[in-house]
Amino acid sequence: MIVHWLDPMLVLALLVNFFMLGASRLRAVIYAVAFQGVLLGLMPIFVHGEVGWWLGLLVIATIVIKGIVIPELVSYAMREVFISREIDPVVPFVPSLLLGAAGTGLALGYARTLPLAPSHSGSLIVPASLATVLTGFLILTTRRKAITQAVGYLVLENGIFLFGLLLIEAMPFLVEIGVLLDLFVCVFVMGIIIHHINQEFSSVSTEHLARLKD
Amino acid sequence: MVGILIHILLVVGLPPLLLGVIVKTKAVFAGRVGAPVLQPYYDLIKLWSKETLLSGTTTWIFWVGPAVALAATGVAAFLVPLAGEAAPISFAGDLILLAYLLGLGRFFQACAALDTGSSFEGMGAAREVTFACLAEPVLFFGLLVLAKLSGTLSLSAMLAGPLSSSWQSSGASLLLVLVSWFVLLLAENARIPFDDPNTHLELTMIHEVMVLDHSGPVLGMIHYGAALKLFLFAALIVRVAMPFSLRNAWLHTGVFVIGMLLLAVFIGVVESVMARLRLVQVPRLLVAASVLSAFSFILLLR
Repeated sequence: MIVHWLDPMLVLALLVNFFMLGASRLRAVIYAVAFQGVLLGLMPIFVHGEVGWWLGLLVIATIVIKGIVIPELVSYAMREVFISREIDPVVPFVPSLLLGAAGTGLALGYARTLPLAPSHSGSLIVPASLATVLTGFLILTTRRKAITQAVGYLVLENGIFLFGLLLIEAMPFLVEIGVLLDLFVCVFVMGIIIHHINQEFSSVSTEHLARLKD
Repeated sequence: MVGILIHILLVVGLPPLLLGVIVKTKAVFAGRVGAPVLQPYYDLIKLWSKETLLSGTTTWIFWVGPAVALAATGVAAFLVPLAGEAAPISFAGDLILLAYLLGLGRFFQACAALDTGSSFEGMGAAREVTFACLAEPVLFFGLLVLAKLSGTLSLSAMLAGPLSSSWQSSGASLLLVLVSWFVLLLAENARIPFDDPNTHLELTMIHEVMVLDHSGPVLGMIHYGAALKLFLFAALIVRVAMPFSLRNAWLHTGVFVIGMLLLAVFIGVVESVMARLRLVQVPRLLVAASVLSAFSFILLLR
């Protein structure tokens, strides 16, 4: 019965994608990533239908890391480095929203043509995963600040996590935890880099990092 | 016969009450007593018993415009089923007529504003039609979703009983349609995140600026037409949200009216807790609403 709630939750996750593409405040986007992380953390329950001890552990670990620790680290970096609250995009908000919508539509169309296992073919998991990866890619490439690129990377990882839900029965717990640890380290490293960029250049816009010098 | 009678009563009587409820809700939020709920009716009576002042630069378009706008919205209100099973006028494809009757009304309203020769009103008319362009896809994608779900092209059939079973099969799409239509309602009726209906002399106005030169009965027509338009969009939303139909026509009418009043209270709450958007952000919100409704349609096609 609980499995029926999976598709509405995936739709909600897709809506969060649109929100992230259209929002102009950095903090709002960080909260949205945190919300998506919590949503994704809950999803294994809905895919599986019943909660074993290791699944429960996975759910709790994912929610804590994706929903609390990493967004907290990113907003800590934002506070410490005095990054202004406005996002300045290379591609303006309306075109990036439209690109995101087009990407989501294409993902929904493309997922139908994939040779999936019969039990997965009707589900929204694959298109939602592809659309989230595309959104992460859009945020990664079209936003100027280093911190928004970290956020884009998080969204990208959320998409990959969604794809991993298909293998929930086969995937060992350790692999999942390994991925989360990777992510954690990445955000950590990103925080250190942002801090250094800030000390060197007094601005965290990646536009200034386009030229190489000796 | 009873159904048509109820329909006429609702269309004629209810629209100003919605405005009154919205204003009352905002007053309660602000800690004031506020105007009586029936105040919009008193305002209309007051305006209709005054004389019309016409500026020397205006032509016949100036007073024909609001009349056509009111007439077009009035006809459109007879296409939307309210409390009964079917609307008084109903045929296959009437959803297109609904959208374009609203467009016709807007065109004449903008013409009347341009006719005054005031640059301020011209600016308001330009904004009104620009944002209407962006708002139209929201309405159409939503109607497309309903048409696809019901397999018909008539509003009465689309919003009839089978909709409740569609809520179970594709509730996500219908929910998205509801949300995007609510944004559409706020945009089309110049409610707060888009425009402030209380201000009459501010540079970011969209809709209210168009009616500055109108007075007396013509202004009354404009106000009543605006209330009717709000009523129309609210009726669409309430019908989608409460798709069941009761056997007793009067009971169903009561449920419908309660739904409308609840929606009006909700609009008042939204207006109380939100600030108006900067003008440059208005297109973004409208495009986001269009994306939502397009997405709800794509979900259905899957």
